[in-house]
Amino acid sequence: MKKIYDILEFLGKIDRRWIFLFVFVFTTLPLALKFKVRVTPTEEVKIAFNYIENLKEGDRVLISIDYDPASMPELQPMLYAILRHLFRKNLKVIMMGHWPLGLPLGKTALEEVAKEYNKKYGEDYVFLGFRPGGSAVMVAMGSEIRNVFAADQYGTPLDSLPVMRDVHNYDDIALLIGLEAGSTGDFWVQFANARFGQEIILGCTAVIAPNLYPYYQAGQIRGIIGGLRGAADYENLVGKLGTGSIGMWVQSAIHILIIIFIIFGNVGYFVLRRRRKRSV
Amino acid sequence: MKREVPLIITFLSGIIIIIAFFIPLYPFGSYKNFPGLQDRFLQWYNILLGFTLILGIDTLIAYHWKKIKEGSKDAPYSIALIVSIFITLAVGIFSWVKYGDPFKAGSPFMFYYDYIFVPLQSTMFALLAFFIASAAYRAFRARNLEATLLLIAAAFVMIGRVPAGDNILNIYLFGYHITLPKIAAWILDTPNMAVQRGILIGVALGGIAMSLRIILGIEKTYLS
Repeated sequence: MKKIYDILEFLGKIDRRWIFLFVFVFTTLPLALKFKVRVTPTEEVKIAFNYIENLKEGDRVLISIDYDPASMPELQPMLYAILRHLFRKNLKVIMMGHWPLGLPLGKTALEEVAKEYNKKYGEDYVFLGFRPGGSAVMVAMGSEIRNVFAADQYGTPLDSLPVMRDVHNYDDIALLIGLEAGSTGDFWVQFANARFGQEIILGCTAVIAPNLYPYYQAGQIRGIIGGLRGAADYENLVGKLGTGSIGMWVQSAIHILIIIFIIFGNVGYFVLRRRRKRSV
Repeated sequence: MKREVPLIITFLSGIIIIIAFFIPLYPFGSYKNFPGLQDRFLQWYNILLGFTLILGIDTLIAYHWKKIKEGSKDAPYSIALIVSIFITLAVGIFSWVKYGDPFKAGSPFMFYYDYIFVPLQSTMFALLAFFIASAAYRAFRARNLEATLLLIAAAFVMIGRVPAGDNILNIYLFGYHITLPKIAAWILDTPNMAVQRGILIGVALGGIAMSLRIILGIEKTYLS
């Protein structure tokens, strides 16, 4: 009996290097095998997808890149899936960002997907780039986008670009999609939605997602695409599986692993506590 | 006067922005092509913010230069930081001049971004997975009722949000179809949402109180 208790107590004292090794193996193995998993999309993502599905051809959609390479694994597959959906529906894409270090990621994805669908720069999509100011930029865009972005990233005046000719403020934008790794999404809701009535869908890292439910329940945002699962859901809905779906294997394996370790830790903790009580 | 002038500017700017929010009419808000006071203030704010970036870089370099001069034991890191800043700047300007856009595919800046910056930042963030696993193992203990509830909720959400959880639980109870994804969704939609809303309202009230203190000149710590 003592031996069993010793083993159970040991479960609570596993060296963290073993945990690191298990995490490494459980992460790299599924990634190396590249299994793509079909998932049943969650309700919030389905609602977001259907909202875009119901937009009219030619409607303008503003995408805000509010993340950087640290959140790339979660948000980049989401961006690719959303762009594919938008271009397939012949919607016009306007891209900007509040996180300057993430802009190259947005631009790369935009150009790549636009090429897939034979879309032309200036006619079907535009890249506005970054302006400092955060919430001030959002409020100023409510009166006139040209007050903030007089020209696109390459210095071309907005009026020279057909896609921007009749776009002046939020009234001319059918939907705003914010891809968020921080609190910029809250500001979009507070300024663009609450003040100017802009329809918004937020895609975000899994850490941010729980914070957005009050906005979703209040109807201030039209959907939440949360974390890698959200990206995989969207890829499934669009019908082209990518790195989000590959990541589902990794996430399943790691979540189960962490729960097993938590159970081990608790078993060890209770055995140790029981032994201490007895010795007292 | 050194303190009074900033306080007056803060008061006027704050009051005008608040008025423009509730009365978005000229001269506070814009009228057709005539920008209102609010638009002017927002433009000034954006311009000032651009300069604060320069100020930030200047302060950062001055701080690390001092460390290098004093021969601090962390001086090698300071050297790395200053060298990196100038290399990034030089590569960015070169790419802008030569390619018209530093983000152009194939430009030296994008090479620098793709093969140095992205892997470095991704590595830093990826380390979190290892530390979270280790921290969860050591700290997530059912010590009391609150900790146990948190533990159970976290376990349901973690498993219910991944495909592996789809088929673990599949039962009918009192006419309800219960699965792990449904339990996870309920936790996020109901208790989580209620708590988040409470936090949001609290933060908003705190924000209003703090803004009023700053606008009315009661809170002056930003001047020191």
